[in-house]
Amino acid sequence: MTTVIYDGSWQGFLTAVFEVYEYRLADTVICGEKFAPANLFGASHKVFTDEAKAVRVWDRLRQKLTPGAYRQLYDSFLSEDKGVEDVLMRYIRYSLASKVAMENDFSHPDILQVKQVSRKVHREKHRMEAFVRFQLTKDQLYYAIVQPDHNVLPLIARHFKARYADQRWLIYDATRKYGIYYDLEKVEEVQLNFTADLQNEFTVSEIYDEHESLYQHLWQQYFKSVNIAARKNTKLHIQHMPKRYWKYLVEKK
Amino acid sequence: MNHDRITEKLAILADAAKYDVSCSSSGSNRKNKEKGLGTTGNGICHAYTEDGRCVSLLKILLTNVCIYDCAYCVSRKSNDIKRAGFTVQEVVDLTINFYRRNYIEGLFISSGIFTNADYTMERLVLIAKKLRTEHKFSGYIHIKSIPGASEEIIKEAGLYADRLSINVEMPTEKSLALLAPDKKREDMIQPMKVLKQAIIENKEEKKLFKKTPVFAPAGQSTQMVIGATAETDLEILYLANGFYKKMNMRRVYYSGYVPISNDNRLPAIGTPVPIVRENRLYQADWLLRFYGFNVDEIVDKNNPLLDMEIDPKLGWALRNMQCFPIDINTAEYQLILRVPGIGVQSAQKIVAARRFRRLGYGHLKKIGISVNRARYFIQADNDYEVKDWQPAQIKQFILSEGVSKYKADFSPQITLF
Ligand code: SF4
Repeated sequence: MTTVIYDGSWQGFLTAVFEVYEYRLADTVICGEKFAPANLFGASHKVFTDEAKAVRVWDRLRQKLTPGAYRQLYDSFLSEDKGVEDVLMRYIRYSLASKVAMENDFSHPDILQVKQVSRKVHREKHRMEAFVRFQLTKDQLYYAIVQPDHNVLPLIARHFKARYADQRWLIYDATRKYGIYYDLEKVEEVQLNFTADLQNEFTVSEIYDEHESLYQHLWQQYFKSVNIAARKNTKLHIQHMPKRYWKYLVEKK
Repeated sequence: MNHDRITEKLAILADAAKYDVSCSSSGSNRKNKEKGLGTTGNGICHAYTEDGRCVSLLKILLTNVCIYDCAYCVSRKSNDIKRAGFTVQEVVDLTINFYRRNYIEGLFISSGIFTNADYTMERLVLIAKKLRTEHKFSGYIHIKSIPGASEEIIKEAGLYADRLSINVEMPTEKSLALLAPDKKREDMIQPMKVLKQAIIENKEEKKLFKKTPVFAPAGQSTQMVIGATAETDLEILYLANGFYKKMNMRRVYYSGYVPISNDNRLPAIGTPVPIVRENRLYQADWLLRFYGFNVDEIVDKNNPLLDMEIDPKLGWALRNMQCFPIDINTAEYQLILRVPGIGVQSAQKIVAARRFRRLGYGHLKKIGISVNRARYFIQADNDYEVKDWQPAQIKQFILSEGVSKYKADFSPQITLF
């Protein structure tokens, strides 16, 4: 067995796929360097991310797969699920070996798993588009902190850029310690070291716009008012708004 | 801005608007123009109330002052409650500031009737117009029209709103006369026709001239209160079906009556909200819209009431056992869709996956079909023993196992089956 170690990026992963073929590595376990076990049994292979190799794999896959299936691979990758690279590797092997399009072969375990994992990631993408709560700072930046289960910031950038084209915004992933920032022109990834509890470190009046607390308060009031007590259904409520997301929701404070 | 005053107004006017159950913000596709603010798309639920309903729009009344006296409504003239009203500008500011913080998809504005219908409706249209023109706002706007407003002003509303609704309120004219004596059915049906016509004409025009401005791109919807009066599900669903077929209605909403009054024409305070029935109606509505069912397959003279214990799709299957079992590996998509326990997504997966190999029960389970439910109605490879169960037995089996899974989901945003 060979453990293939790469840097954790999508390009790195595609490079790893390339090298699995290049070096004819069989029986591999592909693993991001952050998660690589300290004591490796058997051989290991270190991958250095190489754009040219990544692009070749990408191009090959694009010939083989529909755009939808290609997206599913990428979305599944962003799940950061343990072992997802190996599922993707098997998926890729199957697709490259198959003469016909195989992405709808749902009774095949790897195909089904990619479909399901990508759906899970997609669901969280939607949740983040819903649950981001911007707060307006004194210098007119709308910023939000999130802690998604999966690495979905790359997937939500487009939506926010299209919607909030006339305001500067920053969405920060407190788990992965990076953010996406829109400067009225383009969205960029930014590395920041916010402490996760930035919100609690300053008093509201120091960094926020003077109306920020009013609108937060009004939103809380609105949320309270629309409730119909005669219909209370806590189970359904939590199913739609899982508690792990509450931390950054204004209306849940 | 006086913080306490605006907070109080919001509390009153959101509270009064919440009985309109529509929360949809989908069906429109407005692009952000010239670096303005907002987009519409599939509609996002930004939050969920404690009763599990989607919060997508800022849903408020402009005012809860009303000259009418509809018995089922909290804002009725004779009700002794606190009254309040926003200014047009206050609604605009709230919408923009909530939207910029990603709290909402847009605005759902409606109002009690003050002075007269046209005067009220003009104010609602003004709010939408200001949002679109002064703020370059491309988020979602739903205007609930005021019954009795003139044709011109309703048509103007369509230029700014994504969706317009006119609530029919009661399933029959008789109930309307009983509970809302100020209102005439005709005042609701006529504007629906006007809108339908205007939407069709706009589409035609758009084909010819690309630059034609959009008109109510998310169409129209309506709502009726159920459980306040004695109508059967048959009457309710036939009416809804008529709206879909004849008025091109996008959605019909069913609002289980929440007792708010001691009026003896109505269920007493404390009567439970008919949540299960409401849910069954939504399920039936889904069958009409997405599953290719005809309304008379769901309810008819002999079965004018939906079965509260089981969903209407299972109900239909049990009444039509001669259509089953169907063969998963060969049957048409439309037939597979009719199998209890198989939803739209699963049916699509089955049709896609069976091209690669014949499917057995193991495959079906993994794909996400509730085999325990579907097994009485299908054939697949490595078959269960097919027995000739009677419909009543099947119903018993299904009800006795895993009850929770088939229990009604209490919300209009259901997808189960
Ligand atoms: S007209 Fe509308 S707001 Fe006025 S009482 Fe009737 S339902 Fe309520």
